[in-house]
Amino acid sequence: MLIKKAADIRPSEITSKQNYLNRRDFIRVGSIAGALTAAGPALSAIVPEERRAKLSDVRGSEFSTTEATNAYEDVTTYNNYYEFGTGKADPYQNAQEFEPRPWSITVEGHAEKTGTFHLEDFIKPFDLEERIYRMRCVEAWSMVIPWVGISLAEVVMHLQPTSKAKYVAFETLHDPVRMPGQRRRVLDWPYREGLTIAEATNPLPILAVGIFGEVIPNQNGAPIRLVVPWKYGFKGIKGIVRMRFVEKQPKTSWNMSQPREYGFYANVNPEVSHPRWSQARERRIGAGIFASKQPTLMFNGYGKQVAHLYKGVDLRKNF
Amino acid sequence: MDTLRQVRLVWKPIVFLLCLAPAVLVATDAFEFTGSLGANPVEAIQDRFGNWGIRFIMITLAVTPLRRITGWAWLVRFRRMLGLFTFFYVLMHFLTWLILDQSLLLSAIAEDILERPFITIGFAALLLLIAMAVTSTNGMRRRLGRRWDKLHYSAYAVAMLGVWHYWWQVKLDALDPLIYAVILAVLLGYRLWHYGQRRRTHP
Repeated sequence: MLIKKAADIRPSEITSKQNYLNRRDFIRVGSIAGALTAAGPALSAIVPEERRAKLSDVRGSEFSTTEATNAYEDVTTYNNYYEFGTGKADPYQNAQEFEPRPWSITVEGHAEKTGTFHLEDFIKPFDLEERIYRMRCVEAWSMVIPWVGISLAEVVMHLQPTSKAKYVAFETLHDPVRMPGQRRRVLDWPYREGLTIAEATNPLPILAVGIFGEVIPNQNGAPIRLVVPWKYGFKGIKGIVRMRFVEKQPKTSWNMSQPREYGFYANVNPEVSHPRWSQARERRIGAGIFASKQPTLMFNGYGKQVAHLYKGVDLRKNF
Repeated sequence: MDTLRQVRLVWKPIVFLLCLAPAVLVATDAFEFTGSLGANPVEAIQDRFGNWGIRFIMITLAVTPLRRITGWAWLVRFRRMLGLFTFFYVLMHFLTWLILDQSLLLSAIAEDILERPFITIGFAALLLLIAMAVTSTNGMRRRLGRRWDKLHYSAYAVAMLGVWHYWWQVKLDALDPLIYAVILAVLLGYRLWHYGQRRRTHP
């Protein structure tokens, strides 16, 4: 058995004392500044301070965009995570009590290294990297988010898929007690997503465990979630408990729910409209009330890294 | 003071201010005096005006059943104001889409109205509301006679188009539009029932 009793991580293991004190100062300065400007909720109110541990030994990445990132408040109060409700503020409001640790991930299917791993053991072999990516939602809004995570390609190689593995499938935790959104059957739980092996071994996708240099908040998919920057946001499955290497294209949640509207690939593509709305332009969150939408880029602007994956593929059919 | 004077001088101004409150709250939230519009203010403004448009058409259509059930004839005095507030909120919803969401980009606006069915039906509802608002004066009512009644029956079409527009627009979770559909079914069902009763008693 691979399961060992997880040693409880002491906060000091994650956050050095210096960092901890710095953060105290930062919050104090921040709250004074907040009181002076009196605009919006104080940062510490969105995610409780004890959950905002700094991640150490994070290196940068050549794949990061230089575009300005969205405000922490935007990233943590406005997103889709139907496990905590279907409204955009629901994840922020309903995920506060969620306890993402201890956590384990089960690896199954056509790979050499299968089994159930504690999250900490699962992540340990890999370097944490900051990847500042554009995130384009299928609802035609976008953000720039500084993720911290591990390269999915490195994880996949490490697990040694066999030649039979053509796809990797992911599953979210299914626990209606802890995830109140699952008490209504708006989607066929658990949430499911998948990538081809070629997509999963591309250098761009990451398994994110943090944002803004800190442990990822519950509402953003704690403790570990997928980020695939050239695909619509719904491909970025959150709260992952299972990875399965399979031969056939796996079923994916939104495609199962509305196959006409959401495909397996879900590549960002301004030329293929959603049946009910245009995908040609997007609203950048945080740009202000009077800002116009901006043009959406093919593959969300990551064509240089991923266009070759779809050579000869009809992207209108395989949307 | 008799009831009619009281309605005109006291209750109408109070109801007017109450009906305006949701719009005032959008403005004060935009400046973060009362709350906030969140990370996507354009979407928030558009959704709030749209929601109030649907609520007001329901409230307007509730006047006649309420009047019949309670026997409070004076309720009908508020119907025009409520109908005009429906028009006001739907117009604000439309203008938010036109100016803030589409930035008055004509090609995108035309494409949306022509090619996105949920926008087409929303736009059709707006056109009907404009026709009703323009003919809502006493003078127009007199001049149009019976045709006025016919035109203003479009309130039912507006309500149905509105619910349909909302239903078609949601990504997956249709609970809210379903609630409005049920309310509308009750309001229309009451009228059918009432019509049936009248035919039975006065054949």
